[in-house]
Amino acid sequence: MKHPITEGIGRSFIDLTQALGAAALMLKSVFFWFFRSKLEVRETVKQCVSIGVDSVTVTALTSFFTGMVLSLQTGNSSKNLFNEPLYIGTMVAFTMLKELGPVLTSIVVAGRAGAVVTAEIGTMAVTEQIDALYTLGTNPTRYLLVPRYIAFMVMLPLLTVLADFLGILGGALVGVVRLGIPTSVFMNDIYTYVEIGDFMHGFLKTFAFAFMIATVSCYKGMNTKGGAEGVGKATTEAVVASMVLVMVIDYFISAVLVAVGI
Amino acid sequence: MIEIKGLNKAFGEKRILKDISVTIKEGELFSVIGPSGIGKSTFIKCLIRLLRPDSGQIIVDGQDIASTRSEFTLAKVRRSFGYLFQEGALFDSLTVLENVAFGLKYLTDIPKSDFPKIVKAKLALVGLKDVEHLKPSELSVGMKKRVSLARSIAAEPKYILYDEPTTGLDPVTTGMVKDLITDMRAKLGITSVVVTHDMKLALDISSRVAMLSKGEFVEVSEPDKFRLSANAEVREFMRISHLSRVKQNQND
Repeated sequence: MKHPITEGIGRSFIDLTQALGAAALMLKSVFFWFFRSKLEVRETVKQCVSIGVDSVTVTALTSFFTGMVLSLQTGNSSKNLFNEPLYIGTMVAFTMLKELGPVLTSIVVAGRAGAVVTAEIGTMAVTEQIDALYTLGTNPTRYLLVPRYIAFMVMLPLLTVLADFLGILGGALVGVVRLGIPTSVFMNDIYTYVEIGDFMHGFLKTFAFAFMIATVSCYKGMNTKGGAEGVGKATTEAVVASMVLVMVIDYFISAVLVAVGI
Repeated sequence: MIEIKGLNKAFGEKRILKDISVTIKEGELFSVIGPSGIGKSTFIKCLIRLLRPDSGQIIVDGQDIASTRSEFTLAKVRRSFGYLFQEGALFDSLTVLENVAFGLKYLTDIPKSDFPKIVKAKLALVGLKDVEHLKPSELSVGMKKRVSLARSIAAEPKYILYDEPTTGLDPVTTGMVKDLITDMRAKLGITSVVVTHDMKLALDISSRVAMLSKGEFVEVSEPDKFRLSANAEVREFMRISHLSRVKQNQND
């Protein structure tokens, strides 16, 4: 006899399995067309602008103010504990390079560019524009997905570098102006204790985040059903899933990178 | 020639197409009629493998596309087709020029420099001019449909599939689209498949009409014979279509 709870769990499990299978097939198709076809240069550049360049302002503001508040809080805590702000430059740089730079940038990009990608592809799906691509001799994976994957994989790491720099700059501004730390001391704290490996730790993670955001956004868009309401639902689901997965993946990749000494 | 043998398609438990077999001959204008939601669009989408049939064969010029898994085989066969979508399916982010030239870029080896000239000619064929630089959002429903038709004939396909070509159009534009469909066949010799719930359109333009009901073709015949069909479902659909047309005329 069927029980509503076990039936619900079973149904969810089947849905999840089907979604993972469909996403795997989509990835196979992305790799196939990436290696087998000529790159859609115009579309790729357009997506780099939409996903990367258009996210610069929000990324810059987010990281700059995050760096500022990081410096302010750690500076004040340090003052309370040690009567002076110690190693603020080191603290801000470590945190921005290893965690906040890549994670915050990924969340900003998932919320802004990921939503755009899902809504755009989703609208095309419900208005038969994806079918139209097939009838006009183009595979949608080649024309729509490959350029977006490339744009995410190229632009997210670049945005992260910008976020790292601006976060540290924001931290330095508060450290020097508000906490009274000499610029040379702040910079010396960074140069002495921060290594290239710390930067690489955060930088390498962004490739995994970019790949995941591209996969979730494109998958949700391609599988949108149900008109305008369906587009809204798919977009929300894509953004929520991407943001949660950034956090989950972040822990596991960090654990691996720490284990291998990066 | 398109040969359809034992075509079946279901969505979950619901069987939409049941063992359909029909041959669409070269140069023919074959219409499929039936009420909305009966599976006409499913049928036409199976013909070009936008939907994968559950079983059966769809042989286009000797090549069975129903079961093939090769993207390249499908792409090759789809090159012979033009497709007019119900809502036009124009690409929102592209201009009219880019929309109509889209197929030229991917389906032909025509140099890019010739695109504007060809696009202008195709737009003129569907009664449009000076709209090349407009975006789809700036066009009326009728204009969108005509641009979509220009896009589907731009690469000069051997077959055109029309999905509800007159739905949502005013009587004048409906007449224009009707003339365009017959012109495409007369001037370019294109084999056409039209799916529509517009009985009058089907009977006026087709060389053969098929009635789809409960997943099966209950009648396939020439328009003159179709009008005299003894099939109860055909007669009922014709009666309702006639009443609806009379009512529409009274309202107009």
